[in-house]
Amino acid sequence: MNNLIPSFDWHRVVVQPWVDDLPITLWIVLMGFFVTAACGLVGNFLLLRRMALVGDAISHSILPGLVVAFMIFKSTNTWVVFAGALAAGMLTVLIIEFIHRQSRVKPDAAICIAFTTLFALGVVLMSMLESAGSFHIDADCVLYGEIAFVPLEPPVVWDGRELGPPSALRMALVLTAVALAIALFYKELLVTSFDPGLAKSLGMRTGIWHYGLMGALALVIVSAFESVGAILAVAMLIVPPMFAAQLSERLSFRLAWTVFHAALSALIGLHLSVWLNCSAAGAMVVAAAALFLAVWAASQARRWMRFRSKIFQSAGAQIVGDPA
Amino acid sequence: MKLPGLALSLAVVGFVVLIPEAAEAARINELSDSTLIDRAARFFTFRDPSLRNALAGSMLLGVCCGLMGAFLVVRKLSLLGDALSHAVLPGVALGFLWNMSKDPLAIFVGATLAGLLGAGTVQLLRATTRHKEDAALGFVLASFFGVGICLFTMIQNLPGGNKSGLDKFMFGQAAALGSSDVILLGVVTALALGAVVVFYKEYAITSFDAGFARSLGMPVQLFHYSLMLLLAFAIVSSLQAVGVVLVSAMLVIPAATAFLLTDRLPRMLVLSAIFGMVSGGAGSFFSFVGRNLPTGPFMVLAAGTVFAAALFFGPRHGIFSRWWRQRSRSARISRENTLKAIYHVLEDQEFAIEQVSARELAERRRETIEEAQHQLGTLRRHQYVTMSNDGDSASLTPEGWRRACEIVRNHRLWELYLTNAAHLAPDHVHEDAEKIEHVLGEETVRMLEKRLNYANRDPHGRLIPGLEDMRFAGARHLGQSRATGFGNAAAH
Repeated sequence: MNNLIPSFDWHRVVVQPWVDDLPITLWIVLMGFFVTAACGLVGNFLLLRRMALVGDAISHSILPGLVVAFMIFKSTNTWVVFAGALAAGMLTVLIIEFIHRQSRVKPDAAICIAFTTLFALGVVLMSMLESAGSFHIDADCVLYGEIAFVPLEPPVVWDGRELGPPSALRMALVLTAVALAIALFYKELLVTSFDPGLAKSLGMRTGIWHYGLMGALALVIVSAFESVGAILAVAMLIVPPMFAAQLSERLSFRLAWTVFHAALSALIGLHLSVWLNCSAAGAMVVAAAALFLAVWAASQARRWMRFRSKIFQSAGAQIVGDPA
Repeated sequence: MKLPGLALSLAVVGFVVLIPEAAEAARINELSDSTLIDRAARFFTFRDPSLRNALAGSMLLGVCCGLMGAFLVVRKLSLLGDALSHAVLPGVALGFLWNMSKDPLAIFVGATLAGLLGAGTVQLLRATTRHKEDAALGFVLASFFGVGICLFTMIQNLPGGNKSGLDKFMFGQAAALGSSDVILLGVVTALALGAVVVFYKEYAITSFDAGFARSLGMPVQLFHYSLMLLLAFAIVSSLQAVGVVLVSAMLVIPAATAFLLTDRLPRMLVLSAIFGMVSGGAGSFFSFVGRNLPTGPFMVLAAGTVFAAALFFGPRHGIFSRWWRQRSRSARISRENTLKAIYHVLEDQEFAIEQVSARELAERRRETIEEAQHQLGTLRRHQYVTMSNDGDSASLTPEGWRRACEIVRNHRLWELYLTNAAHLAPDHVHEDAEKIEHVLGEETVRMLEKRLNYANRDPHGRLIPGLEDMRFAGARHLGQSRATGFGNAAAH
């Protein structure tokens, strides 16, 4: 048990990463931030639409997309993988809607049915390809990924200068695109998420915004999973928006809190992983969850204090007001 | 339905549990050079001990997950299975850390505790925040799984201990099930079956109407958490066979399939258990026949196929069945409208003629003659009319006459009812009657007649054909029967 949790050494955990291994640390934190922020921004709208778990579904069902894309194009080129995964993600959304609309199965059961069946199909196809000896995807890798490998990628060189690892740059692009799209269509997303009925009565095409959001979701998950694993993406679709929802009622403030939470949990997660010598992606999830729990505990404590003072006040009033 | 069904599943479970006990003979590696059919034959002789374990385990798992899943689906908690199966991961890791070995009991206890903690966290978040079910489930899924991954990676860096096979919990491997795993699954399944049979009423009430159960003074929370405990047992004992992701499939898919097929909870429980068991059996069959293929995914694919079949061809809620019903209903309505038009043509002629030509019908319904001929042809195939020799005009058969009278009667009765009882203006009632005339049953018609004092004229002053009129084998006799009329006939 003692071996499991190493003693906390300030120099090793906090100073060394930023002094001796600066580029590695920087890129891991940046990558974690890009993923967390992009997921969190999209996740805010999912949370409002009560679709938080669709992200979990998509992250699992991209597996058959990867395998089929490989079977068709015979390559593991990034863009092939990307296209296959994106197509599978959209297919999942369509299957969920089909089951939900065409039968009396509730949407949550439809989500579960769609993604697990697709995932099973992916695993079967994969093991068939593997036994034919032509192909190997590490299924573990799809689910956990490893953010620590990001700085080890051969960097993108442009104009004679090293810019950084390709997956981090790609994720930065995705984050920029997501943020831009939200800034441009803020009003539409706000109305369709909070009050689809009003949106419809205003003549807005709610379907377009729904599928646009689903497309963004698939894009974010697909570009994240390759380098950091699905679990970080899924967690960050849900936890940062929940954190933000505890702190603010306004959507614009919530988006800002989400970005703040993303940066903080990437940073804390990195140090946690250095300290405990564990998976960085997992540690970032733990940090994010811990931040939420802290905010939640604070709000519970405040509520309790208010409740107590109210009771004392009313008790005091009774004593004072009682003539006997 | 309930008791024989459960008894049947109990019997099957008993049968499956006994199989591994009667074990002997062949090794699995003898299979390497056999053909597909040989392997299929081998599967059904149950000679391989590892196969027996895998098969028994898969089928038990199907029964147990099917039973628990049925409650999840009716409680609209389908994704709780998904969340809890991820949430047990840190418990698995802690169970391993207990004495640095894969002690099944320690892992079982640790995982169950983690699962219960996860279920408790979901409830707590729901009670104390404004977050909805999905967010609470997602939080538990992600954060517990994150902790689990951290613990697993920390364990991997530890020196010593038998760590191999811990990752089996992620993806599962039914072929690696030992007889102790099967016994564990059997015990959990028996426990789940026993709890469901003994406390069936309590679980049903708390699942469908928690408020009502509370008003009866039932300990709703107790039943909720006992269900969660059973669910955690089911998940933990299934993990080794199918893994984290697919155990939620085995919880939800068979139950959702049963939900498509029936409205009654007992039937749904039995069907769900059977579907789970069949999927388990099919999964182990396919993975055995197609060498080296994983069992869990095949179980899920089998369950998914059954679900798709129910989704499309389910007798009551299936997409195809609904489409077919709708089609045959609209065909019937179209036939009935043609019969009504024929009646109207005859009525305009004071029932002096017996034959209606396609041209008259077409004029009446404002259609082309081809369409009218087509419709007469349809009526002829249903033996409502007979065609004249030149094929141009039709006369109603007794059956056709009866149907036509019924439809016209329904229409006019309803118009009369709307004007008399609902006080609608006579020129507002036609549209409504056009729709209802096709669905009024005999019983409703009798009640309407009584309510309207057996009146025989509709609001537009036309005769409502009555029982007497229908008995005559054709329009010719209506001229005479009009004297008796509907009201007199009913007064007998």
